[in-house]
Order: sequence, then structure tokens, then C-alpha cells
Amino acid sequence: MKCQQCDKQAVFHITELETGEVRELHLCEDHARTYLNQSEAAEGDDDEKPAAGGLTGPLTVGQTADELALLDKKACPMCGITFFEFRNQGRLGCPHDYAHFEKELEPLIANIHGATQHTGRKPERAAAEGTAARPEGTEELTSVIGMRRSMQEAIACEDYEKARESRDAIRGIEDRWLCGTGRDAATPKADTPTNET
Amino acid sequence: MKLDSLTDAVGEWLRGTGPESDIVMSSRVRLARNVAQYPFVSRMSEQDRAEAERFLRERIAAAPVGSQLEYIDVGRLEEIDRQLLVERQLISREHADAQGARGVAIDGLEQVSLMINEEDHLRIQCMHSGLDLRGAWEQIKVVDDQIGRVVPYAFHPRWGYLTACPTNVGTGIRVSVMLHLPALVITRQIDKVFRSLHKISLAVRGLYGEGSQAMGDFYQISNQTTLGKTEEELVEQVGDVVPVLIDYERRAREFLVRETQQNVHDQVSRAYGILRTAQTITAEETMQLLSRVRMGVLLGLIGDVKIADINSLLVRTQPAHLQKLRGVELDTKDRNIERARYLRRHFEGGTSPASPN
Repeated sequence: MKCQQCDKQAVFHITELETGEVRELHLCEDHARTYLNQSEAAEGDDDEKPAAGGLTGPLTVGQTADELALLDKKACPMCGITFFEFRNQGRLGCPHDYAHFEKELEPLIANIHGATQHTGRKPERAAAEGTAARPEGTEELTSVIGMRRSMQEAIACEDYEKARESRDAIRGIEDRWLCGTGRDAATPKADTPTNET
Repeated sequence: MKLDSLTDAVGEWLRGTGPESDIVMSSRVRLARNVAQYPFVSRMSEQDRAEAERFLRERIAAAPVGSQLEYIDVGRLEEIDRQLLVERQLISREHADAQGARGVAIDGLEQVSLMINEEDHLRIQCMHSGLDLRGAWEQIKVVDDQIGRVVPYAFHPRWGYLTACPTNVGTGIRVSVMLHLPALVITRQIDKVFRSLHKISLAVRGLYGEGSQAMGDFYQISNQTTLGKTEEELVEQVGDVVPVLIDYERRAREFLVRETQQNVHDQVSRAYGILRTAQTITAEETMQLLSRVRMGVLLGLIGDVKIADINSLLVRTQPAHLQKLRGVELDTKDRNIERARYLRRHFEGGTSPASPN
């Protein structure tokens, strides 16, 4: 694909989201730099303003600079990634980010895929012997990422009581989810509605 | 798996068999999966990485498919061996260049590969020679089901399979075909074709995927979206466009033979001549010339070369393969000399009466 401003190969593909409007830009390195510098300058000299970073670059979903700055500081309680870090790296930190940043990710995902609902395959989950059927969604299991963090923090503060509680909670969840070895998990789960948190 | 045994075999995607293999080199399906109880790879501590690697390695080994797989600890490989796996399309360049605990499980036919700790915790790939997207999809579905029963894949009822990058979320599927389109390049129609592919949201990439340049008229066509359609619909989306592209390329080849017979014959003969006589040659030039010779063979303009041989040369003249075959590490300059020697020796073995060597 050629740069929209010259004949060079486009290497930056920027998607601008403005209120009710999606704008796609395909630029060579030079024109991308000029463009990104412009939009950075336009945001003023606010100290909180994000550095124009790579493909996820200047993402504006109709927010004011203050709202953006606040959003950038919003961190996932599981992995601790901020939206700012995601915007810079283009990679999320853990599965819970899709729930925690759902509102912010929705327009981005709609723009990439033209859809906001999965319609494909689902994992076959089976209950291990003697336990309840596991839900389709894995939010519960992902919550151990946050529990491991608080366990480590508790250990660092020498709060062994709290650390033990976290450890037991983690074990409970992991037992429910991880004890299937393939043999006892060979039968697909019954077609029941899921209770997603 | 002895990595050295890989250099002796050709590997699935260069076997040069299967439907439409004059134009379609290979069909590939990959699935991006993550394990629910770990942060995504870029956010993992060293300990997380090692734990997730062990968790996946053990669970994959316990799945029925595990008995057919050989596990390679990529983190402990020498650079040249990692490069070898990249050249054979068994791991990605990113996976080769990454740090920390990571690995790949490969089946003996080199059809199935499972990368652990790439951009996502698990990348399952299935590759078939020629045009066989359906076959690759049916095979990968079985592998995915088997592993999905013992590994809790991160999943959300609305967003589907959760991936480190939102561009892969939903099905996590990338369906691609690698095409050899020399006649469309020569007749300068290739850009037009690519523009129309972009319009129906298909991506075009070079030989080694994302960010790689198209070398030797080989192109990968793949789906760009992964959410909102079923896996079958996405397999079809790519599959539907392939016959059209095959038809364009065939017509361009016919046009070349009909309208510029002398010219195209001259071009492929010169390419063949250089490959048989050069004293030093780069990987890029080799790829370009092999592409032209490949077309010449398919058009009946060169009689004494087999397509399977060209395909095998395409991979064996690449840097890591060349050094593995020679058994020593070589710098760029020496590689170019060794590459030319390897090509001359290979074509000397041919039956061409006009062999200049």
C-alpha cells in the first residue's frame, strides 16, 4: 500500500476515532512522523499528554484532554497495566483487560473487526469429578493473577495471615479449574447457560 | 528431534504437491490461544514465563496429539538453529528473537507446530502443501479441541478467545495461503490485485509473514478480521478468493507465452543460466531467479528441472540451511560463495546436455 501523501510504501497505518467518525491513514515513515508531531502539538503542552506511540498512536474517542489523562491512569486490578501502557505497546496485559477496559476497547475493536460479538467456536469445558460445571468464561480463573499479586504484597509486608488467605483462595480456584487431566475431562459439558461475572 | 535431520527433509510447505500446487505453495491455519491464569506474555515476569511454559508443555504432552510431537526448547537453541526453524516456517521471527522461556512442539511431517510463549501463550499452526485450507482447518480443530480440554483457554462470552493484541481477538484464527504469482508481477497487475484484496479486508504479506518483504514473487494472503465471523466463514473468505487469483495468474502466464514468448523464454533462460554459473550470489537474488525458473518449468520452457527440486532449493539456499548443510558457520560474503557453489553443484547433477560446468 502506498503512502497517502507520496509514492513511498505506507508503513504506518493509523486509525483515528473521532466522535461518530472513523478515519484511516496510511503513511510512510516521514509523513507519519510529521502527522504524529502535529497531532501531539495540537494537544497542547499538557504534561500528562501521552507520547505518540506506534500504531495505537493518538487515540481520541471524543474525550477531552483531562478525560484522556484520567483514562490513561486507569489500571487493571489483575495485571496492573494502565490504558496508557496499552496504547503505547499495542498489547494488553492479561485476559481481564477485556472486561476492565471494555468501554474503551469497544470502539477500537469495532473499528478493527467491524463487529463486537464473538460468533465462533467456544471451549468445551467439562467438570472434573465431583465439582460443578465450569462456566464458559474464564474470569474466575483469571482472578488468581490479582490474588497472586496481593499474596506477594502481603508477604513483603510480613502479613502472613493475609498471605495464607490469598494462597488458599488461589488453591480453591485452581483446584476447580486445573485438576482435569484430559481423561476425566473428555466429555463435553452440558449445554447450560453461563453465569458470567 | 535432531535439528540436523530437518535439513535433510524438505518440510510440508515446500513439498510441492497437493491441489493447484503450481500456484499455491501452501495453505496454513493458525490459532492464537492464552491460558486464563497467567498475564499475557509481554506482561509476564520471568517466573510467570517459565511456569506457563512448563504448564503448557506438560499438558500438551498429556493430550492425545502429544505423542506425535517433538518438543524443542527454543530458549536454549543456538541462534543458527532458531533461524533454521524460522526458514522452515515452524516458528516466527519474533519467537526466534524473543527472550526467556519458550518452545515449540512439531510433528514429524512438519504440518503441526505449537509455539509456546510467542505473542500469545500458545500459537497452534497447521500447514498443508498446495491448496487445502479445509484439510488444514479440520486438522487444527482436532488439535485445538484436544488441548482445550486440558488447558483452560482464556475466553469471554462476548469477546471470544482473548488475545494479547485486540487484532486477533474472537476466533484467534489466521487463515492464509502462500501463492507464487510471477506472471502477475511481470505483467504489472499485482498492485491492482492487492488493492482489490484490501477492499475485501484480506491482508497481503511477504514470504515470512508480518513485516516481511515479498521475495521471489511469493505472497501470503490472509484474513484481517477475527471477530464477528465463525472460523468456517473466515476459512471460506480466504478460500473463495484463491480460485480467482489462480485464474488471474494462469491467464497472465498464458498471456506471457502467447504475446511475449521470446521475451519470457529469454528471461527464464537467463535466470537459469545465472543460477548454474554464478560464483557468488545473495539469498534475495537466488530467490528471485528460482522464482523465474519455477515459472519457466511450469510453462514448459525449461525441461530438465523438477518443481520439487526448485522448492527444496528455495529453502536450502537460505542462510541457516546453507550453513547447516555445509557444517560450518559462514559470514555473509562466504555464504554467498557457498550458495553459488551449492547451486552449481545441484544443477550439475541435472541432465541438461548444455551444462556449462
